[in-house]
Formats: sequence, structure tokens, C-alpha cells
Amino acid sequence: MRDSRKASVSLKEVFEAVWPICVGYFAIGAAFGVLAQKAGLKPLEIGLMSVFVFAGSAQFIAVSMLSSGAAAASVILTTFVVNIRHLLMSSSLAVHLNGCRRRFLFLYAYGITDESFAVNTTRFREGRWNAYNALAVNHIANVVWVGSTVAGGFAGQFIPAGSYGIDYALSAMFISLLVLQTRGGIYVITAILAGGCSVLLSLFVPGNMHVIVASLFGATAAFGIRAFLDGQRGGSRW
Amino acid sequence: MVGIEYLLLVAGMGLVTYLPRWFPLFFLSRKPLPRWFIQWLELIPVAILSALVLPDLLVAGDPRQIEWIQPKSLAALPTFLFAAKTRSLGGTVLAGMLFYFLAERFLPS
Repeated sequence: MRDSRKASVSLKEVFEAVWPICVGYFAIGAAFGVLAQKAGLKPLEIGLMSVFVFAGSAQFIAVSMLSSGAAAASVILTTFVVNIRHLLMSSSLAVHLNGCRRRFLFLYAYGITDESFAVNTTRFREGRWNAYNALAVNHIANVVWVGSTVAGGFAGQFIPAGSYGIDYALSAMFISLLVLQTRGGIYVITAILAGGCSVLLSLFVPGNMHVIVASLFGATAAFGIRAFLDGQRGGSRW
Repeated sequence: MVGIEYLLLVAGMGLVTYLPRWFPLFFLSRKPLPRWFIQWLELIPVAILSALVLPDLLVAGDPRQIEWIQPKSLAALPTFLFAAKTRSLGGTVLAGMLFYFLAERFLPS
């Protein structure tokens, strides 16, 4: 990845990568702003939470806990549990950002979300991405998120909810990225194992721990299957 | 103005969110990783994507249950086929939004 550090930002490519995230964040961010405002948060408070936390599902949960009078400590603990899945994304990104400077990594880590991870990791894998483009995606997404949540807090009731299929933007983005990432048998096996396990676990385990458990299970099981098949075939790779 | 209590709350939330994002990146990118570990990590993105998207499409309600027939799951199949055919991220997002719009409109609720 040494080359990827020398390259500069290509705004056109960054825009192509980031706009679906922006559409989705606008819809979800505005919805969050409305909800937070109804729960009694001022626009400035909404903006501060978005800047400090920058994690959609955790923020939704935090606001609903706050409005039911939960203690700060339990909100923080819940936030930690909800966001611990980023450990896995951060580990996976380390492969692509190997050798980057510490200051860069401090900045980069802030912007790791489900969505930016999905977009950046797909482009890194396709070999047409560099660390600065990825950082730009993270931070543009962040600005849109903070802006949309604050806008929702100011003018929530005027933003029509769920129009033009906008609620589906992120789902469609994830479907597309899943298809782009699934090249070759071992990836299909990984996706089926992780996805199936995630669906089943989500039925029984509250919160979103099913994501990290299912991902670990799917990747590890597929890794084991590949190692077993390689052994059988005397070392040939898929 | 914003109270100190609220500031401490969001700072705490921010810290516990930031650390898992930063820790592996910081320590794993310092030195070359073992080959087997990289090969395992290469499977993680697909696993995470699938683990995120399938419950999003198929599981709904409270308590959660699998719902095969609802706008999100119905729109998923054509969106999936469109993605496989075109391999275009932007196109798939727009097509998916259209499929969902149609599914919501024509599915009797």
C-alpha cells in the first residue's frame, strides 16, 4: 500500500463513492434530528452528539434511553456495546492503511462507520483507491451526518419522511457492495454463513451483537473450510 | 446553553465509540501482519456486509421475527439482480430506491 499514500485526492472519484452514503445519511440524520428534538434536545446538543459520536444506531438508542430517563453511565455503556463492531472493521482496514502515519490514523479512525467501511474497503480491494480518498469519504460523510441531524433538529417536521424510497438508499448500497465484494466461492460461503448466522442470532439476541458474532463466525468458518480444502488438494488455492 | 452534564455524556459516548475504531488500526498497521491473519481479515468485509444487510432486509418487528413479505425484502431481489448485472454502485442505489418505492406503494399493508 506504499503507493496509495503518495497519491492525492481525486474529488470526482470521491464524489462517486460517497454520494450514496450522503443520500442515506441525509434521510437517517434528519429523522434522528426530529426524534432528538422531540426528546427535548436542542439543535446545538444534537450537533454535539453527532460530532462526538458519529454513529447512527448508537445515537438513536441513546436518545430513546435519555427520554426514558436512563442514567448517563448506562447510556455510555450501551453505546460502547453497540459500537464495538467497529473493532473488526478497524482491524480489516489496517491491512490497507499499513504504514500510514499516526496522525493520519487518528483522523481516519474517527470516520469509520458501517457505510464508509463498506465503500472504502470495496474500492481498496478493487485496487483503485488510496488512503486520502478514503479519508475524504469518511469526512464528507461526517459533515453530511452532522448537518442533517442538526437540520432535523431545527426543521424536523418540514422534512417529509420516507419519500421517494430514500429510506432504502443505504440498504441498496449494502446490497450492491456485497455483490461487488463477493468474487469467488470462498466469499460466497463467507457471506452465506455470516448472513444466515446474523439473521438467526438477531432473533434471539437483543441489540446488535449479532453483527460482530456472525461476522467472526462466518469469516472463521470459511477460513477453516478453505484451509481444509487446500489440505485435501495439496495446497492449491481457490 | 449546553449543560456540563450533557457535555460529559456525549464526551463519554464519543470516547467509547472512538477507541474501538482507533485501537486495531493503530496497532495492527505498525508492522507487517502474518499471512494467515491477512487471509482471515480478507474475509471480514464480506462477512460484515452480509451480517449487516440480511437482518436489515429480512428481520422486522418487535419482538424481532423473519418477515419474507414486506417492502424491504421484496425490493431486495430485483436490487440484488440489478447489482449483479450492472456492478454499478450508484445505479444500484437509484434502482433500489425505485424498487422500494414501488414495493411500498403496491404492497397492501
